[in-house]
Amino acid sequence: MIRRLVLQSLGVQRGERILFEGLNLDLAAGEAVTLTGPNGAGKTSLLRVVAGFIAPLRGSVCFEAATGALEPGEARRADCHFLGHQDGLKAARTARDELVFWARWTGSSPAGTIAAAERLGVDRLLDLEVRQLSAGQRRRLVLARLIAAPRSLWLLDEPLSPLDGASRGLFGEIMAAHLEAGGLILAAAHDPLPMGGRELALRR
Amino acid sequence: MISALANPHRFMAFSRWAAPVLGVLAALLIAAGLALGFAAPPDYQQGETVRIMFIHVPAAWVAMIAYACLGGASFFYLVFRHALADAAAKAVAPLGAAFTLMALVTGSLWGRPMWGAWWVWDARLTSVLVLFLLFVGYIALRSAIDDEAKAGRAAAILALVGLINLPIIKFSVDWWNTLHQGESIFRAGGPTLAPVYLLPLALAGLGYIAAFGSLWLVRTRAEVWRRRAVSVALQAAVQ
Amino acid sequence: MTALVLLLRRELTLAWGRGGGPMLALAFLAAATAALPLAIGPSPARLAAVAVGAAWVSLVLATLLSLDRLFERDFEDGALELLALGPLPFEAVGAVKCAAQWIATGAPLALGSPIAAIALGAPLRAAPLIAAVALAGGLAFAFVGGAGAAVALASRRGGVLIAVIVLPLAVPPIIFGGASIWAFTAGLPWETGLALLGAYALAAVALTPFAMAAACRNALS
Repeated sequence: MIRRLVLQSLGVQRGERILFEGLNLDLAAGEAVTLTGPNGAGKTSLLRVVAGFIAPLRGSVCFEAATGALEPGEARRADCHFLGHQDGLKAARTARDELVFWARWTGSSPAGTIAAAERLGVDRLLDLEVRQLSAGQRRRLVLARLIAAPRSLWLLDEPLSPLDGASRGLFGEIMAAHLEAGGLILAAAHDPLPMGGRELALRR
Repeated sequence: MISALANPHRFMAFSRWAAPVLGVLAALLIAAGLALGFAAPPDYQQGETVRIMFIHVPAAWVAMIAYACLGGASFFYLVFRHALADAAAKAVAPLGAAFTLMALVTGSLWGRPMWGAWWVWDARLTSVLVLFLLFVGYIALRSAIDDEAKAGRAAAILALVGLINLPIIKFSVDWWNTLHQGESIFRAGGPTLAPVYLLPLALAGLGYIAAFGSLWLVRTRAEVWRRRAVSVALQAAVQ
Repeated sequence: MTALVLLLRRELTLAWGRGGGPMLALAFLAAATAALPLAIGPSPARLAAVAVGAAWVSLVLATLLSLDRLFERDFEDGALELLALGPLPFEAVGAVKCAAQWIATGAPLALGSPIAAIALGAPLRAAPLIAAVALAGGLAFAFVGGAGAAVALASRRGGVLIAVIVLPLAVPPIIFGGASIWAFTAGLPWETGLALLGAYALAAVALTPFAMAAACRNALS
């Protein structure tokens, strides 16, 4: 159970460019941090470094549980949700098949999956094929995956962008509930997130 | 020694004098080898055409050495993440392919008067052909990926997979050759080597290796310069 | 264990899914087999002399050209990132994908290749061995091909690049399998070739997942 995320002197390079250096962040359970900054500043890259996809140029990413430091690979695979720009859904499959697979892959139970679908209002859409869903519906389906399997750390890259106002409010409530239950959220967004929290601005 | 060379500045300083020295050494050795080779008596079976051996066989040796170097550089890049190793790997691949192609062409020319065919599927030539395909695959992969860092790592993985496969490929081709022995018109392993040819062949071989070393150093230097130039240009564009 | 089964079932469903999978590979096998008599004439004697070899080559090509979607489909829609954050390490993910490819495409091709060989004039008694060789060879090609597909992930080109990369690496199983069938039709012992092919396939299963995992991590970075 990740209780704390610590980034120390983190430096990230993409291609020839050094995006940022010496970045420090301390995120504890129940806290949320929003990454802001212009396009190309490194918000997505930072999330991908924390998720373990990109190796940092310098510095470290540490996950801590109540009992001490966690092995990063284990922590990521067991207790981390990643929501990127792409949703990872296969167009030709039904929403139900996709949701059930990804929920089970991240460790949910069947009951949890159905409850999550109902919470996000996609339970009526489950028998449709993914390609028949709108962008907002696909995003809600992916958000259902997020709450179907309880994991402590949420890494979200522009989570609200395809959603309409009502859905944004709904997801804001969900994120607040996640924080209250002791979760951590690190999100990249152009606009401030509904549930508040600290802000970390990345400049070029 | 390799760790000492891994420092780019020291490598550039080292290769600055090492490349020309190796080049001169190569020229001398190859000249000596070819001179002795042409002075040696013609072969009982092949006549004068045996001389092509001094051009073909060392090229085949260097082809295999080049792939081993590619594998070694790739290993260093993957394990120690050294950019110079990546530059060396990128530099050696077309060079190895060129020596391999030379081995194939001279092998074909050597075979024509001996066996009457422009190409024969004997163990050595077929192995060299597969080696050529391995080089081509590496070069194709590197050029197909836009991101240079990703291309370098992906190609390094491929080179290592190829290196591990190489002894198995060699074994399987040799085995294949012995299987179909009765149907071929030539003995396995090619013609046996008379002792009078050994010295010129050894000299030519060493000369080829020196030439390969020299050219590899030169190509790696060029790659290092190219990367520096790109880096400078990108930094200038940002400001 | 359940995570393995979960992923295997998904990969099988995707491999058998619309627009791809075994039907396409079998169609290619048929087309490639038909190309031979069209090219060299229908004389039964001439075809029979090369029948098993030609069927084997067609099988190799059909397998190679089916590889490019193996990792690409998950890479291009973001599913590969999600697979990385799951219960299985990337090595296991790669192995499961290749195993699913073998079951979904390799097995049907293994059944189709004796038919192709017989259509070209191979003796009927060779059919079981051809199927066995195609099955073992399919396993080897799936895993070695998987390594090639993973390595080519970040590239702009697909199938042909992967085939060019994989073909020299696939030379040993091509030789071993071909030798076994050829020896059988020539009345010579065929066991050695099949044994070597099986050993190579098992070595590929054991070793290539590491290359696949490294290549996938590289593509995601």
